[in-house]
Amino acid sequence: MQGPRKWDWTAILLMSPSVAIFLGLLVMPILVVLVLSFGERAEAGGYQAAFTFAQYANLPARWAAFRNTLTLAPLGTVLCLLAAYPLAYYLAVKVSSRNRLLLLILVIVPFWTSFLIRTYAWIFILGGKGLPALLDMIGVPDVRFINTPFAVLVGIVYGYLPLMVFPIFVSLERLDKRLLEASDDLGASPARTFWQITLPLSAPGAVTGCMLVFILLMGEYLIPALLGGGKVFFIGNALVDLFLQSRNWPFGSAVAVSLVVIMLVTVTLYLRVTLRNRGMRDQALV
Amino acid sequence: MAEDGIDVRFDTVSKHFGDVAAVDGISFALRRGSFHSFLGPSGCGKTTSLRLIAGFEQPSAGTVEIAGANMVGIPAYRRPVNMVFQHYALFPHMDVAGNVGYGLRQRKPRPEKSALDRRVAEALELVRLPHLAKRRIWELSGGQQQRVALARALINRPTVLLLDEPLAALDRKLRREMQIELQNLQREVGITFILVTHDQEEALSMSDTIGIMKDGKIVQMGTPEELYDAPVNRYVADFVGESNFWSGEVAASDAGGAAIRLGSGMTLRAAYSRLGAPLKVGETGVIAVRPEVIGLYPPGAAPRDLDCQANVQILNRIYLGDHSEFSVRAEGLGDLLVRLPKAVETAGLEPGAAAVIGWRGNQALALSET
Repeated sequence: MQGPRKWDWTAILLMSPSVAIFLGLLVMPILVVLVLSFGERAEAGGYQAAFTFAQYANLPARWAAFRNTLTLAPLGTVLCLLAAYPLAYYLAVKVSSRNRLLLLILVIVPFWTSFLIRTYAWIFILGGKGLPALLDMIGVPDVRFINTPFAVLVGIVYGYLPLMVFPIFVSLERLDKRLLEASDDLGASPARTFWQITLPLSAPGAVTGCMLVFILLMGEYLIPALLGGGKVFFIGNALVDLFLQSRNWPFGSAVAVSLVVIMLVTVTLYLRVTLRNRGMRDQALV
Repeated sequence: MAEDGIDVRFDTVSKHFGDVAAVDGISFALRRGSFHSFLGPSGCGKTTSLRLIAGFEQPSAGTVEIAGANMVGIPAYRRPVNMVFQHYALFPHMDVAGNVGYGLRQRKPRPEKSALDRRVAEALELVRLPHLAKRRIWELSGGQQQRVALARALINRPTVLLLDEPLAALDRKLRREMQIELQNLQREVGITFILVTHDQEEALSMSDTIGIMKDGKIVQMGTPEELYDAPVNRYVADFVGESNFWSGEVAASDAGGAAIRLGSGMTLRAAYSRLGAPLKVGETGVIAVRPEVIGLYPPGAAPRDLDCQANVQILNRIYLGDHSEFSVRAEGLGDLLVRLPKAVETAGLEPGAAAVIGWRGNQALALSET
């Protein structure tokens, strides 16, 4: 197009709500937190203007929260992946299309009740009168689940499984079944066809699922709070503690900024490694 | 290897999907090194036949033999056949060389890398794409993808190469080119090719033999010339080439041909097809006349030795370069199609004009309805 550039009012109108939300609810708060993180804690708690790196220097005091988050979030993501892939494969490939819808609904049925209540239920299952009592009856005494990393991982896999199942399901469903026949025709056994065709072509779905689960897990609060019982806590729990209990906003902000930075770095590295293949970059929903 | 030179043999093979018989008790044998086509409308069982050879389907009854060995129960990945799929089914996460070498990489023991690279280069040379080895699949045109699919199948040196409507996705000009190329390729490698198509022109131009299929059965199998010149019934005459048809009751029948009385009261005589069955007096028969054997003349100019003549009115004329097609209306015969080569004088044969058509009796065929 020639001549002076004109405002495209349709585009501006369409974009403005999301831009407003983006600026007001994402960029602004992050800037506020960034500013707070260089300040000092006021006498009665809260924030007092200053410019100091003291809060960042103090980060090792919350080392345990970082360690727990940075081990259990990736581990939980991997466990979700391992649990979700066979299920998604079954749903996309093996089950008849008549039963598929029913089973897919069953996958999302848990979302019909509150995540809090469902996680609460696990307290009873993993607590003293639940599974440990059952194990005691069959002769395995003194097993403790609740308030252990194991309990937190169980809660993670339980809560985040659907988020992992759906992207993998979609990429397996979209997979052209003729490619499997072509592989079969060219002499690959069913197992080799799975490794060479099905798995690489469903990888974009797995990458997407892992991103979703991992990012959400990095900020997880509820599961460690309920199933970790103050012993296995995440950065999210530390933040609640710092802002609401000790009212140390600057230190809390420094922890929050660190979490954002860690997440940016790990996610970028992860995508660099997994999406080297261009075909995958086109297909992954990230 | 079979001693009798037969690469593929079906013995009363049926394939049922639920209540539907996609393939219904067919038997045939295909000579080694020949180019064979299955031709028919969609749902006639041609693709199922191909999938039975490939091993994607197992027969409900009967036996499938490849190179003399019974293949029933043997999965696709253990059969000495390879397929070029309708939409090529190239692996999108591999480059061209990765796709072409896929079959070799499945071998046990796996060939060494140098041997593998050499075979891939040879296969790409064969389909004239040596410079594209490192390309991604989505960077290729339809014709190039087609060639990659061919190279991927041929590199395994299969006993039989199966082609499932391989040219359907290409435009007309490219399709013609690929037809010629496929034929040359088949002669070069000497492998038995089996093509499935609904395009009669494609089947006629490439094949040594063609099987015309309908409702899971083979109606007629033979060379393109046999199918065109000596169809066994109306279905084959209609599917291979074009014909004018008139059906009616058989009024008389002898060793050489039959006379058929049309609904209009007119009686036409025609010779039997060399491969068709004779008709019985009283049953329904069909007269088939190819549009190119009918002559079209200005009034009074028709030769005297025509066996069948009728006065017509010209309805329409379509100029097609090397020939012209006329649709004409004849009293008692209805509308029919006449095809005249460019060399024939067509002065005065304009739409609306009166004219005379005629043909010789041995050029019309008396056929059974089915």
